[in-house]
Amino acid sequence: MKKTIITVVGKDTVGIIAKVCTYLAEKQVNILDISQTIVQGYFNMMMIVDANNANTAFDALVDDMEKIGEEIGVSIKVQHEDIFDSMHRI
Amino acid sequence: MINIFEVNETNKMIEQDNLDVRTITLGISLLDCISDDLDTLNNNIYNKIKRLASNLVQTGEDISKQFGIPIVNKRISVTPIALVGGAACKTPDDFVTIAMTLDKVAKEVGVNFLGGYSALVNKGMTPAEEMLIRSIPKALASTERVCSSVNVGSTKTGLNMDAVKLMGEMIVETATLTKEQDSLGCAKLVVFCNAPDDNPFMAGAFHGVTEADAIINVGVSGPGVVKHALSKVRGENFEVLCETIKKTAFKVTRVGQLVACEASKRLGIPFGIVDLSLAPTPAIGDSVADILEEIGLERAGAPGTTAALALLNDQVKKGGVMASSYVGGLSGAFIPVSEDQGMIDAVKEGALTIEKLEAMTCVCSVGLDMIAIPGDTKATTISGIIADEAAIGMINQKTTAVRLIPVIGKGVGEIVEFGGLLGYAPIMPVNNFSCDNFVNRTGRIPAPIHSFKN
Repeated sequence: MKKTIITVVGKDTVGIIAKVCTYLAEKQVNILDISQTIVQGYFNMMMIVDANNANTAFDALVDDMEKIGEEIGVSIKVQHEDIFDSMHRI
Repeated sequence: MINIFEVNETNKMIEQDNLDVRTITLGISLLDCISDDLDTLNNNIYNKIKRLASNLVQTGEDISKQFGIPIVNKRISVTPIALVGGAACKTPDDFVTIAMTLDKVAKEVGVNFLGGYSALVNKGMTPAEEMLIRSIPKALASTERVCSSVNVGSTKTGLNMDAVKLMGEMIVETATLTKEQDSLGCAKLVVFCNAPDDNPFMAGAFHGVTEADAIINVGVSGPGVVKHALSKVRGENFEVLCETIKKTAFKVTRVGQLVACEASKRLGIPFGIVDLSLAPTPAIGDSVADILEEIGLERAGAPGTTAALALLNDQVKKGGVMASSYVGGLSGAFIPVSEDQGMIDAVKEGALTIEKLEAMTCVCSVGLDMIAIPGDTKATTISGIIADEAAIGMINQKTTAVRLIPVIGKGVGEIVEFGGLLGYAPIMPVNNFSCDNFVNRTGRIPAPIHSFKN
């Protein structure tokens, strides 16, 4: 199963995870793992999700997430896991 | 499992250090388009490119979205047109019609450059090849996206000095015909020695005759990433320096390999090679000169520059080779002046001269690239510079190239704007002592002794 990585970076505020998770649930994207830290007021989260059964296309997921990010003032990226795997694993 | 630090590292490379895939280049053989009727030939070329490349740009954009990495250029290279048009073209103007066809189809499929308006004349010129070369100025002046290259020598064959002389004249003519745009035509014209068949980078890309019918070649980049990595090891010894470059080059190249395989899969066209290159852009922080400064030079061009570049070029290859299953093209560090802000600054401050750049080309992957020179430079002087550069390639068994822009109507110190990825450049002085009697001898320079390996 190929996984998708979602990263959220930006100024911490109320409801970031809620907004992201609500959207993912709507689109039938299953969250497998979440790691999150706050460094000097900056919110930094990585989610590993399974988007194989999503009810929307991958590029729509990318665009929607970016838009939600803009609304709450953080940067949200949705990327296929292969780019990280190929860069960091031999 | 991937962890948050690795994800952040990758994304920081992309967002802050300008990591990108510089180009996906689709190589297309036009050998099966050959006809002795010019209209049929043009039709065949148009149809084949349109058929194979119509999804190229969209596929590139989809892959870019999937992995979250910019893929800056989608391009096409074709079989050298001198071979394709030889049977149909009776005059240089006939060849220009092919250039127009290529330009039209390039615009329709949405690629920003199409390379291969080329001739390989390293030993001799057929009448068709000479006609193509003579048509280059008009072809480049009447098209927007077509790129041209001519191979005038190789280690195996020596240098074709007749072609070297002719190319000096053609560069001046191209500059003159495009003088309204600061002689922009010359930015799309490269003179090679030892030209590779599978180079994905413009303006010198063409699809060699040893290649398959269609192939995907990918050029990676990332000077900003290397510079950033090196900023963390300031003051460390050469071992640490080299290891850092190698590891970074590995990571950058892996992304290129991933994108190449994905593009190949989606387009149903075999994967050719990854070109492991550090290709700068005029963007701040995307500069090879900045890496040289980070290695310890006040400005590119200072004593030590050639050694620093040699080290950089070699480590990029060592790191990249293991990251890709097939490596080819030019592979190494590029030093185009107008496309690299650090190089431009070095020229403006007087740190970098053409002579120093020539020395640097002995140890890096290309040659005298994107250098603006005074518009009144003689054709024979340009031929002399081409001969010098080609000799370096021939003797050192490496690719060298010359992309000089004599800017008509402008002189030393003035600035020319080429726009976009081609950047801008201060005009550099050239040595104007005559080499007429050298260039005007006819014939060839024989192949060097070390090419006889059989």
